[in-house]
Amino acid sequence: MRILEKQKNLVDFTLSSLLRRKGKNTALLVVYTFMIFLLASVMFFTGSIKKEAALVLEGAPEITVQRLVAGRHDLIPAAYLEAVREIRGVRSAAPRLWGYYYDFTSGANFTLMVDESLKDSPGVVHVGSGVLRTLMSPEHGTIPIKASDGSFHFFEIHHVFPAESDLVASDLVLMCEQDYRKVFSIPDGFATDLVLEVRNPKELTTIAGKITQLLPDTRPILRDEILRTYEAVFDWRGGVLVVILWGSVLAFVIFAWDKATGLSAEEKREIGVLKAVGWETSDVLVMKFWEGMIISLSSFLTGVVLAYLHVFFSSSVLFEPVLKGWSVLYPDFRLTPFIDGTQLAGLFFLTVVPYTVTTIVPSWRAAVIEPDSVMR
Amino acid sequence: MIELADVKKVFNLGRPNEFTALGGVSLSIELGKATAFKGPSGSGKTTLLSVVGCMARPTAGRVRLLDREITSLPERFLTEIRRKTFGFIFQQLNLIRGITTLENVMIPAYPNGERYSELRRRALELLDLFNLGGKAESRVEWLSGGEAQRVAIARALVNHPSILVADEPTAHLDTRLSIEFMGIMKDLKDRGKTILIASHDPVVFESEGIDVVVEMRDGRIVS
Repeated sequence: MRILEKQKNLVDFTLSSLLRRKGKNTALLVVYTFMIFLLASVMFFTGSIKKEAALVLEGAPEITVQRLVAGRHDLIPAAYLEAVREIRGVRSAAPRLWGYYYDFTSGANFTLMVDESLKDSPGVVHVGSGVLRTLMSPEHGTIPIKASDGSFHFFEIHHVFPAESDLVASDLVLMCEQDYRKVFSIPDGFATDLVLEVRNPKELTTIAGKITQLLPDTRPILRDEILRTYEAVFDWRGGVLVVILWGSVLAFVIFAWDKATGLSAEEKREIGVLKAVGWETSDVLVMKFWEGMIISLSSFLTGVVLAYLHVFFSSSVLFEPVLKGWSVLYPDFRLTPFIDGTQLAGLFFLTVVPYTVTTIVPSWRAAVIEPDSVMR
Repeated sequence: MIELADVKKVFNLGRPNEFTALGGVSLSIELGKATAFKGPSGSGKTTLLSVVGCMARPTAGRVRLLDREITSLPERFLTEIRRKTFGFIFQQLNLIRGITTLENVMIPAYPNGERYSELRRRALELLDLFNLGGKAESRVEWLSGGEAQRVAIARALVNHPSILVADEPTAHLDTRLSIEFMGIMKDLKDRGKTILIASHDPVVFESEGIDVVVEMRDGRIVS
């Protein structure tokens, strides 16, 4: 109990001490919190978007086969489907029809895709909430789509995807095959790409190799490759942002270093007084430890909470253009909160611990002075 | 009894700026009395009080406090003795600016691990004793010289020390306040405290409350 009371008394004194330099400590707290906020925002954003991408890709085909003409993606003939099906180890193969549609009225791009469940429903679409919002259309209204021949087609909205799937479905328009071919003037017997399922995931690369051998103008894309690319892209974007933030991190380090290490003559004298009136060196250090902890922990917690609100409740307004990339549709989606404990612990140990240590070390130097220095 | 046997204190030993502050002091100080150490600046009064008050270790010699040899005690024990046995009143007062009078009085007791409420009650009692109850929540820099001096005395008393050590306590006080201070010291002595004061102010060593005057010069006792 005495130990607890002692710590309480020391914390109480530390708080009084901190309040004495209100301006300086408030400035430090604000800058520190802002830095944590920025770093944690980048961390939360890249972490959850990567997680979200991984969840999305869980349902993606194991292999996608695209045809290339002069290095560009081209329509794939239906005949290729039969050739791919013949490859040993392929469980199923299916053609896929999808593409991008530029809506000149809103200036947005939509992803148009054929859905087998709509094959008996021409003139009907299922859309993402972003499409609805962009076109300012009511939930069961119609949307106009301009076909490649210049004619307009109106589609009835029968279903809107929930906001939770916004990251992948915000710009999505699902329709039947017939309507799709009409809009883009794609002849029968051609698809955008082929999607494959394999019997044994360990054979993915072997099957991909066989496809390129059999159909030299195609490119098989593995799901894992897409995932790796996504991760690399988001890591890279996060990295770019951290590099941009590096300047402010450095400025903070200099500021904090100056504040923490530069014990003023007044502070040194105070430490001498405390020792003279009966404080042990360890008591002084504990007090300085609390001082560092109070500042860094409160900055850390506030910064992390603000970053959480920023990323998961305001769609990272501050730096979403950098992190979300080039997309021309502006999905107002909210990421599903996901926090990587290891990353958070990393941020804690890279900020709170160094700050607390830089507070203690110079005080330790001052605290080992003889208490009689105040008598001299 | 506080006993010093051939106590020497040398600063910067072995360096070109070596300085002998105490050159072999032997002395017995009776408990419950007020002893004044007088002498010019540099005579070793303050260093002697530092050694007696467990603030500095002697370079040579022995110090016994209440029949306990304290010279060789580790730092931690010396600090504990300093905190529990001695109360210090410094020449510059050394009150901590920016915090309240009450907090200043409580500072020496924080490491004891007492309940905050109990500590606060005791500190307030002491402030009341010195007619400073109304100033408890005032910052120390707002106090007058005499009030600040009494706060320093209250702080020295917060851990119920048996010995009060005051180093040039009247250096920054006018005659009236110096006399008032010596009155308080006499009062504390009458309550059983041992008073050790270093001063070259006649108001101090000629005060009726002082029982013994030790004169020092060049690090030695001359009378």
